Amino acid sequence: MHSLLPPLHLFHVWAYLQTQPLLGLTATLVVWEISCFLDAKAGRKAWSNPIMLSIFILAAALLLTHTSYGNYFTGAQYIHFLLGPATVALAVPMYANWPAIKRDFGAILVSVTAGSVAAAASAMWIASALGAPHAVVISLGPKSVTTPIAMGIAEGLGGVPALTAVFVLITGIFGTVVCTAVFRLGRVRDWRAQGLAAGTAAHGMATARILLLSQTAGAFGGLAIGLNGIVSSLTLPVLVKLFGF
Amino acid sequence: MLLLCQLAGTILQAASGLPLPGPVVGLVMLLAYFIRAGGPDPVMRDTAQGLLKYLGLLFVPAGVGVISELQALRENALAIAVAIPVSSLAALLVTGMMMNFLLRGKRDA
Repeated sequence: MHSLLPPLHLFHVWAYLQTQPLLGLTATLVVWEISCFLDAKAGRKAWSNPIMLSIFILAAALLLTHTSYGNYFTGAQYIHFLLGPATVALAVPMYANWPAIKRDFGAILVSVTAGSVAAAASAMWIASALGAPHAVVISLGPKSVTTPIAMGIAEGLGGVPALTAVFVLITGIFGTVVCTAVFRLGRVRDWRAQGLAAGTAAHGMATARILLLSQTAGAFGGLAIGLNGIVSSLTLPVLVKLFGF
Repeated sequence: MLLLCQLAGTILQAASGLPLPGPVVGLVMLLAYFIRAGGPDPVMRDTAQGLLKYLGLLFVPAGVGVISELQALRENALAIAVAIPVSSLAALLVTGMMMNFLLRGKRDA
């Protein structure tokens, strides 16, 4: 007896799936769930944070299976798209903390500006001292700022937006991993200060991490992301000119 | 509603040439609306909190993009490997300690 369908080779199924949105989307969600499970199992340690775990697992999987990032992103873009509305949604925790934010707005503005300048100036100075080319130095400037604003700033100053996106990401991973330990070291105990520092130094990724620990910290993180974006787009051109990077 | 704010923000940004992305303008607009209206309605609050619970997941797709910039990263590995950690530590400490200092003695809300 003949089968009605030609025999399906696993390879063909794979080749077909690779070009379809379903695989990238499903893989991202499944890996995220696994990462969250591992994080909970490990007791929410700094090194077990699910964002970093997921990126690591997915990047390794793409490299091992020779799947291009473009193919993966066909599916993953549906998740990526939600970043915009989620940024807008930060208004909800911000409103919940509005009285506290309004009362200390002066302190918030001073702290964010100081942190923003410290991040940009030290990053560009170190990279330029270590011989990185001009475009890389400029691309490092806005690395603490949230991705869409950071890429805009880099482009305006003659950097490479794609590189900036990667630097923003590395900063986010690093900040997410070290932030709780750094706060212990610097005796930063106030949730408001922790959230503000996380958002200023390592944008939404560290904010997402600290939001798991405190709603208040999350709200101040969201505020810091927006504020640092505004402050950096104003101060970075001045810094670049001043130090002649 | 969230999409509406983002869209309005993007349009406003494109029209005015502000150096800020649409979602950030949208955030400011939504916050301004909450302040006027006396807060978010329950549906809006639940939607926003549901979305924010998965904020971490939303960064993953962009993050995996690291694999397409490996070349440039390798060539400047040392500069990047020193500049990013040091400057991030500086920012965390400067902002955190400054804010902690400025808020000393003030009770948490």
